[in-house]
Amino acid sequence: MTGERPIGEDDLQAFVDGRLASARGESVRAYLEDHPALADQVSQEIALREALRTRLAFKAAEPIPSRLRVANLMAAQRRPSKSGRAAVAAALAWLLIGGVLGAAGGAWWVRGLQTSQEAERVAENAIAAHRIYVSERLHPVEVPADQEAHLVQWLSRRVGKSLIAPNLTPQGYRLIGGRLLPDSGMAAALFMYENAGGNRLTLYARSGGTEAQTSFRFESQDDVSAFSWIDNGLSYVVTAKVERAQLLPIAEAIYRQFEATGEPAKGRL
Amino acid sequence: MDEIASLLEPQIPALRRYAWALLRDREAADDLVQDTLERAISRWGQRRHEGDLRAWLFTIQRNLFLNGVRQRRTRGLQVGEEALNDVQAPGASPESHVGLRDVLAGLDALSEEQRSLLLLVGVEDLSYEQAAKVLGIPLGTVMSRLSRARARLREFMENGRSTALRRVK
Repeated sequence: MTGERPIGEDDLQAFVDGRLASARGESVRAYLEDHPALADQVSQEIALREALRTRLAFKAAEPIPSRLRVANLMAAQRRPSKSGRAAVAAALAWLLIGGVLGAAGGAWWVRGLQTSQEAERVAENAIAAHRIYVSERLHPVEVPADQEAHLVQWLSRRVGKSLIAPNLTPQGYRLIGGRLLPDSGMAAALFMYENAGGNRLTLYARSGGTEAQTSFRFESQDDVSAFSWIDNGLSYVVTAKVERAQLLPIAEAIYRQFEATGEPAKGRL
Repeated sequence: MDEIASLLEPQIPALRRYAWALLRDREAADDLVQDTLERAISRWGQRRHEGDLRAWLFTIQRNLFLNGVRQRRTRGLQVGEEALNDVQAPGASPESHVGLRDVLAGLDALSEEQRSLLLLVGVEDLSYEQAAKVLGIPLGTVMSRLSRARARLREFMENGRSTALRRVK
């Protein structure tokens, strides 16, 4: 007898992880030779450990998205935050995780869960406009993207709020132009984007009416998904023929870009 | 700022991998990582000097993940029936390769605690002490839980779905 400590499950686990000092590793190996059934289990566990590492390796090998660059995150944190921002961020986080994990991906969040009829109507109009114009091949827009500055100025003036045409290049969508639309006696702006696959996305913006700010609201009609929200007195609806999980980061990017423009109500472009 | 970036950024690939393994959705996983990094940046000053950066980051990320699950649960009670559609199953991700998917299905058969432990130790190469810190459990519990998690995964892979329940904790 050498008086060596008996083999335990901690030894076996450390053996599976390849973390035993060589002497102890030898002891485990000798032990397993005497216990072939256990040895079989251990070798299976080693194989599964490898399989899991291999399966997940692609993720760590990917280039890091620029939104995760620390410098970008720190720059974003220095921007003055608004009261609603945390609420929207929380709603987003919850929505994401809810949508992915779940048993029940709900679509209704913060701010007491009350739905505004007005917001619903704006979303209806935006989705209708989306359906009509994205399928238009000859004249999808009134003013094409090569006159973007003019387009933005014109729509801002008509809508009565300072707008931007958000840059959705990181999301794979480029601006193709925009148009002016009537909505309940008011003017609404419709920006249209297209990705490399020819899938089109619209951003609808209208003066927001009574509410100053709401959180994100999701709805889907047939194959079309839409996120809508009100911020700084503007109603926004982003609509596309994609899954919610794909549309959400786009809505979030738009929200952030409008927020980054400061206070649109003061007329800064 | 450069110091923060030079310390944080090398950790991002591992955080993205852990987040993706938990969520199986590219955007949701990166959102979780972004939340983690934002929190780490805003609390950088409160980080204890002797503290282990890697364990600290994984702790933040796992807690944010769990908070998200909890919030989904409590708010889920207030959600009407009409909202109970449009659910994406984790396995439905376009990133899942048919031939290699089994081991992830096996992972899904574990409790969140087992799953996280297996990922942190087996994939992210955290030491047992670091894993104990992240999960807030004693070292001895780490070893026995690891043992159970691996046994369960192995049984699942042998016997298929029938013996294992999917649990989200």
